[in-house]
Amino acid sequence: MGKQKWALYWAASCGGCEIAVLDVNEKILDIAAAADIVLWPCAMDFKYDDVRAMADRSIDVCLFNGAIRSSEQEEIARLLRAKSRVMVAFGSCACTGGIPGLANLTTKDEILDRVYIEAQSVVGNGHPVFPQPHTRVAEGDLELPVLYEEVSKLSQVIPVDYYLPGCPPTPDLIMTAVNAIATGQLPPPGAVIAGEKTLCDVCPRVKQEKKITRIYRPHQIIPEPQKCLLEQGLICCGPATREGCGAQCIQANMPCRGCFGPPAGVIDQGAKLVSAVASIYEGDTPESVAAMLEEIVDPAGTFYRYGMADSLLKRKRVGTAGK
Amino acid sequence: MSFEPRIIGILCNWCSYTGADLAGTSRMKYAPNVRIVRVMCSGRVDPTFVLKAFQQGADGVLIGGCHPGDCHYSTGNYKTARRIPLLKKMLDQLGIEDGRVRLEWVSASEGDRFQALANEMTEQVRALGPFRPAAPSKPAAMEVAALAAG
Repeated sequence: MGKQKWALYWAASCGGCEIAVLDVNEKILDIAAAADIVLWPCAMDFKYDDVRAMADRSIDVCLFNGAIRSSEQEEIARLLRAKSRVMVAFGSCACTGGIPGLANLTTKDEILDRVYIEAQSVVGNGHPVFPQPHTRVAEGDLELPVLYEEVSKLSQVIPVDYYLPGCPPTPDLIMTAVNAIATGQLPPPGAVIAGEKTLCDVCPRVKQEKKITRIYRPHQIIPEPQKCLLEQGLICCGPATREGCGAQCIQANMPCRGCFGPPAGVIDQGAKLVSAVASIYEGDTPESVAAMLEEIVDPAGTFYRYGMADSLLKRKRVGTAGK
Repeated sequence: MSFEPRIIGILCNWCSYTGADLAGTSRMKYAPNVRIVRVMCSGRVDPTFVLKAFQQGADGVLIGGCHPGDCHYSTGNYKTARRIPLLKKMLDQLGIEDGRVRLEWVSASEGDRFQALANEMTEQVRALGPFRPAAPSKPAAMEVAALAAG
């Protein structure tokens, strides 16, 4: 069997997934032995036209990180889907929308206003300039990708074969995926390359009776290193987050932020977290409910931190009175 | 054509559903807009149910449970009393109006209270208008099936 052809692409993402690929350290040589890279905009100088010239399904595997929020990202996602036999949603943004998905709590106009008018560093002359998809200059027409109203996860745009969650995916999981692909021992299509259960299921901390009397934000307390973080009042997304990360944040004394997305069988991570956190908050009076609401400052941003695009409602409704 | 709200009523078996049943057997007339789903306890109402109702076209969701202190399972309604307000705070961030989701306590003997609630909430949601999920900015982005076929 000859070498496989791989493509790596980034869409709406921070670049951390690219670093994660290099975090496999010396095993990168195994990857180089197994595959020839045909596209990797972050690291290598191939052009989109090189990919367009390839035959359909001639790329063995595409590792696609990032969510979709512009016309360029959608175009390349479709192009790579057509050229690739196996499409892997790589990282939280591609799997569930990730941090860019939080843009779905606002609107495109609000984002553009913030960036091009309100930001403290913008020097205004009363005539704000917004990026335009088409601009005519003396030398000809210039084009920019169109920014969409909302952020989508990859599988809302193209069919995805496998999901490799995490912000970013851990080196262990990346090598699990690489080995499966290189040896042809692939899991059933649609599989998430991580655990099935929740992070709580594998969490090494001591769990007693789940009761919260007050919710703290991570900067407000230094938690005990052995005891369940939820029981100490920190919102830990472990009850509704897929395991497979090795509990890295937990072991660094930080609560889970939910980047692995919901466990198998859960369709809305945020709703499950509302349920879990509210259930264990102590107090049955209207006053204690009000205190809980006060202490949970940003439920949508906390419970859908990585999963807004993946949620049942996907985004804020536009044109209503909601804050 | 006038707008008829579609409201999903998720009612607990022991109090609110029985209260709605009493309204029926007592031949009380009330708005037919509340479609009732019976659950064993209001504590069974996963916030996912509420989101799914909206996603599938409901205009409002009414959750009914036993009065505080009356829960058949002791504490189910107290959990609901914390979950639904937290869910509503989150729904507010998602642009869903306060009046579209209500949590009410109705006992098995309060058929008249259920009648009044069903009427009241129907008018409340009628005033808010139909619930429309946020329209995708680019319908083409949803053509997953078409691409899979091609």
